[in-house]
Amino acid sequence: MAKKKIKTRRSDKGITIQFIPYSEIAYLTSFRRVKKLVDLAVENKILLVQGKLAPEEEVDLIEETMKHIVKSKKSKFRGIELATFSPRSKELPFFTSMKEKLATSLFGDRDVITVIGPATIVREIKKDPTKIQLLLRK
Amino acid sequence: MPIKIIKNFFKRIFYGMFATKKHVKLGFYGPPNSGKTTLANRLCKDWLGEELGKTSRVPHETREIQIKEKVEIDFNGKKLTFKLVDTPGIATRIDYEDFLHYGMKVREAKKRAKEATRGVIEAIKWLDDMDAVIIVLDTTKNPYTQVNITIIGNLVARKIPVLIVANKIDLRGARGKIKKIEAAFPEYDVVAISAKKGKNMEEFYENLFALVK
Repeated sequence: MAKKKIKTRRSDKGITIQFIPYSEIAYLTSFRRVKKLVDLAVENKILLVQGKLAPEEEVDLIEETMKHIVKSKKSKFRGIELATFSPRSKELPFFTSMKEKLATSLFGDRDVITVIGPATIVREIKKDPTKIQLLLRK
Repeated sequence: MPIKIIKNFFKRIFYGMFATKKHVKLGFYGPPNSGKTTLANRLCKDWLGEELGKTSRVPHETREIQIKEKVEIDFNGKKLTFKLVDTPGIATRIDYEDFLHYGMKVREAKKRAKEATRGVIEAIKWLDDMDAVIIVLDTTKNPYTQVNITIIGNLVARKIPVLIVANKIDLRGARGKIKKIEAAFPEYDVVAISAKKGKNMEEFYENLFALVK
């Protein structure tokens, strides 16, 4: 039996959401980590990154983003929207909290999700302790 | 980068031990259009009688670092000399089309966007050189943005003292919003002012001197 081909109209537009597990960026140097994220954002992908960048890496990310805006002519890259979410409850029992702190110091902060969206697609990211709201451009 | 931070940290300790603080390098940081230049102008007008830079309702008016050397401030019998460093607003996105809404032509808007991106890079580069930083926020806007968190996080990592200024309290939309800024950054002193109208500047100077003492 012949497979039915799904027809897509020219006007159909898709959004790619890419999940980046912590293991994929954990062992990269800061420079490579930041470069990888910006390169993916330039490809118009919304990124859900497991973990959080260090404060110094966050400014490097902004700097790298600015350099790409200057460079980009054809891709029309205008920058990124960036937000981090930590869904953890603040009031954890003492031993659970200690265990979490130890795990974070050993393996990095994996409970945090960083959202990076290209500004051409994402107008605003609204933060809520348990919700992520992406306001998209029309 | 970590080497530079460590170097600056030891430099600060060394100077703290062996030198009297004569010239405090004071940076004005924050998102675009929050009133950094207006506040720097207020300080310059109050103590030098001249302004530092041009202000505008169009974001990214300051696209290059602006410096005013030797601004001597005499407050409650204490004297300090500052080097004021007004920086371009830090943003994660710069879209020339945003400037078109202010009646700019495409060419002019593109040029402004290009200069603004360079300004952001320059502002970030200057972060390491500050003795103290004033974070200027627009009280009417949401303080929980990643840019604000990133700037403050970096100043903390570099052990640079921070004072948060909730600016534009003269605007109608600012009512009741100062508490939101205080709640967003509970570990820092927040001073609510209107740099444009010169409102609450006494409290600002008091906090500034406490910051750099």
